[in-house]
Amino acid sequence: MFRFFLSRIAQTVAVLFTVSVIIFALMRMIPGDPILMMLGDDFSQDAYRRLQVKLGFDRSIVVQYLIWLGDILRGDLGDSYLNQEPVRRLVWDAFVPTSVLVVASLIVGVVIALPSGIVAAMKKNSVWDWGSMGFAIFVYSMPGFWKGIILIWIGSVYLGWFPAVGYVAPWQDFWGGLWRLVLPAITLGTFFSGLVARIVRSSLLEVLDQDYIKAARARGVRQQALVYRHALANALIPVVTVIGLQFGALLGGAVLTETVFGIPGMGRLTVAAILNRDYAVVQGAILLGVFAVVIVNLLVDLTYAFLNPRIRVA
Amino acid sequence: MAQPLDADGLALPTAAPAADLAAEDRGLTAARRWWRRFARNRGAVFGLAVFLAVVAMAAFAPVLSPYDPIAQGVGPPSQGPTWAHWAGTDSFGRDMLSRIIYGARIALVVGIVSVLLSMVIGVVLGLVAGYYGGWIDAVIMRVMDGLFAFPIIILAIAMMAVMGFGVKNVIIAVAVGFIAPFARVTRADVLAVKEEPYIEAARLGGVSSLAIIARHVLPNVTAPIIVQAALRVSGAIITESGLSFLGLGPPPPTPVWGSMIAEGRNFIVMAPHISTIPGVALMVTIVGLNLLGDGLRDTLDPRLRR
Repeated sequence: MFRFFLSRIAQTVAVLFTVSVIIFALMRMIPGDPILMMLGDDFSQDAYRRLQVKLGFDRSIVVQYLIWLGDILRGDLGDSYLNQEPVRRLVWDAFVPTSVLVVASLIVGVVIALPSGIVAAMKKNSVWDWGSMGFAIFVYSMPGFWKGIILIWIGSVYLGWFPAVGYVAPWQDFWGGLWRLVLPAITLGTFFSGLVARIVRSSLLEVLDQDYIKAARARGVRQQALVYRHALANALIPVVTVIGLQFGALLGGAVLTETVFGIPGMGRLTVAAILNRDYAVVQGAILLGVFAVVIVNLLVDLTYAFLNPRIRVA
Repeated sequence: MAQPLDADGLALPTAAPAADLAAEDRGLTAARRWWRRFARNRGAVFGLAVFLAVVAMAAFAPVLSPYDPIAQGVGPPSQGPTWAHWAGTDSFGRDMLSRIIYGARIALVVGIVSVLLSMVIGVVLGLVAGYYGGWIDAVIMRVMDGLFAFPIIILAIAMMAVMGFGVKNVIIAVAVGFIAPFARVTRADVLAVKEEPYIEAARLGGVSSLAIIARHVLPNVTAPIIVQAALRVSGAIITESGLSFLGLGPPPPTPVWGSMIAEGRNFIVMAPHISTIPGVALMVTIVGLNLLGDGLRDTLDPRLRR
């Protein structure tokens, strides 16, 4: 167990290292001189030279990377070129609403996916199976940003039940915040449920096919008890992994969803920064986003090891 | 047999009733046998039909579209569907149907070219990593792990920030995001094939590594690669329309489904058709491609034939 933990953490560090190199390389491939961009109107030969030395741009690329990495490890993501605010704060302020949306969508997704996946597996090849799997493929194939617009059209323009756009943190105004989250969470959560429902179904079917289930059935255990008491716990183990693996897709979907609903999250921040050529912010947002995905994957893997003793031994 | 999960866990087993077909299949060529299996999968056939329809739409766009897709004022602005404009007009008075038909071109070109590009690069990397092993394998696969950690849309957004907007850059951005899955799938299969006696025999017979890879390894790993490619095209199109929706895709007035949906967002109260109709085109295409991909996976991937 301990060895598994260590090797998994070492892997994560390796991935984070590669990710940092990729982002560093990407940011250096941007056409144009970042120093000129940072100086803006304050340009002078002297100021240029000073900033060049200060940022280490006169050193070799490897040294530049190490300086850059050191800054990031200390939590210093630099300042926005646009308004000189620390990128760390901008990115964090945007990360919170995005995380709220992701968590809400996760809940919506699981609440829809579990029952529909279980029903589909229990009544395999029935109308229920076709219906719930058809729904899964349908909501999964619907582009999230378009689904969001349709929901705004129905939920706020036609019915007038929900505010079309806007965000309030649930800890500031719980019901108001929650109310505004309903449409975005349905938008992203149904996409997620489409993925998870199919995994729940196939995983449950596989477990139901195993000998210990057949033995229980031969002993006369009823179908209901069979599924809920014997099969489900084992069937859900791979589902946990899939939820972890799809966290990245969820975060990517959140970027688009929050653009539709005017949520001031990572997506809006990044896109605005790209259009303003504020690359320090772009870099900070992407770093935080990818690091979050990698760390969540690690946590899910470790949870998986707790849930599944077969992994621990291996 | 345990279900081999797709690189990002998307693969799902569905019924592949191959065993009962075996008897009547005898005496047919491999391609005919495959087609028989495929034709029995209703979803896959529907998906193929949708795909062919979109291809036809893209290929014959100039013939099919009633108006010039970028000409403004061919009708009154923001008008719902009428006989003159079946899909209505947008806020510039452009014919939506013509724009949707031309939009199929961008969607298909980006979807197919970017997947082909990532396939070629990913398969070569996977072949090299799997066949040679050792430090080459370690280096390639660690880079792939790093790329794989990026959510595809976030990597694409980062690439667009670096390269600037335009169709060519969208293709590159999407392609980079799909290299890692192809490399992983290919490598995994190469590792399995490499241990086969016929590879050993070829090596002992003095056949060069390059020839072994090209003549003996590659043909045995193509099925999962084709499946992977088919499943990725829809993802590529979704990513492209997401970028366009964010305003990071091909610049206006290019007819692109994603930007058409984004434009309509501001008119959702007065003219909801501007957003909704291009979205239907996009969604039908994606559903079709997903069903086609699932069908190819179920009928082509030998590991799933039970």
